[in-house]
Amino acid sequence: MTGKILVDARGLSCPQPVLETKAALESTGQGTVEVLVDTVTSRENVLRLAARMGWKGTWEDSEQGGFRLTLEK
Amino acid sequence: MLNRFLMSRFGPALTGAVVGILAPVLVFLGNPGNMGICVACFGRDIAGALGLHRAAVVQYLRPEIAGFILGSFISAVLYREYRPRAGSAPIIRFFLGVFAMVGALIFLGCPWRAYLRLSGGDLNSLWGIAGLASGVGIGIAFLWNGFNLGRSAPTAKASGLVMPAFSVILLVLLILAPQFGRDAAGLPAGPIFFSAQGPGSMHAPTFIALGVGLLIGWMAQRSRFCTVGALRDLFMLKDPHLFYGILALMAAAIATNVALGQFKLGFTGQPVAHTNALWNFLGMLLSGLAFTLAGGCPGRQLIMSGEGDNDAALFVMGLIVGAGIAHNFGFASGPKGPGPYAATAFAAGMIFCLAVGFFNRGRVSA
Repeated sequence: MTGKILVDARGLSCPQPVLETKAALESTGQGTVEVLVDTVTSRENVLRLAARMGWKGTWEDSEQGGFRLTLEK
Repeated sequence: MLNRFLMSRFGPALTGAVVGILAPVLVFLGNPGNMGICVACFGRDIAGALGLHRAAVVQYLRPEIAGFILGSFISAVLYREYRPRAGSAPIIRFFLGVFAMVGALIFLGCPWRAYLRLSGGDLNSLWGIAGLASGVGIGIAFLWNGFNLGRSAPTAKASGLVMPAFSVILLVLLILAPQFGRDAAGLPAGPIFFSAQGPGSMHAPTFIALGVGLLIGWMAQRSRFCTVGALRDLFMLKDPHLFYGILALMAAAIATNVALGQFKLGFTGQPVAHTNALWNFLGMLLSGLAFTLAGGCPGRQLIMSGEGDNDAALFVMGLIVGAGIAHNFGFASGPKGPGPYAATAFAAGMIFCLAVGFFNRGRVSA
């Protein structure tokens, strides 16, 4: 299955941003997954998870003061 | 350079090593045995100093705690991670803090001190660590089943100043130590109480303790050092980078304790500890579950409160109030063993935490 999936993990406590992302990456398999987070901690945790699962991650500041991560495989 | 290292996957290990060295040094300089740093014990001492409980041997305004919050606050501001946020189940987080403290005072220590106690040779701590891991395990079962406390949202910038201001006030009260005279029995009438004997009377020089607190607060903010996340991420995600922080803490603390002549292997005669294996285990089990549901160990909650996380701040307030309750209601252990109502406290805490775990499930709305 391919496609673009958005995970909104803003405001969630550890480890939920990572768990939500993990579930999305596993269900998608490949393609592009976007993740919204609101702290640097969550940004780094999600990027570390993605790298360990073989996904390529980039990020940019999002309009509301958080971060928009783009994970690709 | 140092910042990049702290933010790398080796950051928690470096932070753990620094905690492992400095905590035994603080003991050497005057802190109670195997209590160079303990968020639970120090929160309890602060509760006592503020008169929230009247256990005369554990009352002191520990500057390390203020240092953690202020160190984290300064670091968060400098690195643009100061992001005040609030609104994720505040009253539940408050009571998770209360019961986390109740459990920690049945064991006599937070997770940091559990590892520091073991690193000083206190084998009773093995039961506590086993309990901690079990509590984290129960928490993980809830996490796998969709447990969450809902979202926080960005809030007014000024709200994040409350905890740093609270920390400054604690330091001012430590230095001024105001007294309203003496009561009929000739004892100090407060409002600030300092122990004349016992663990509360033992402390490293104020500015060294504050400096260590600031340094560790800064390092822990950069590296996200967390002793509960360490076990959680190792079990759940097979990600050991936080766990390396614990290994480094213990290796450094054992070496430092041996070098300073503070290492004493055994179960009996350990400082500020009891030998009841069952309650060492169950106390930490309750704490481990409460910490996992709240998203991090008490040290991590202090750090997040410094970053402006209002919900973590409420957890910290729950810890302090919980310490008052634990002593006033006979929940807290002493060196002779568990308090008279430890079982009541444990049952109440487990009912609360399990209910929180069961009733806060389901996916958060996107």
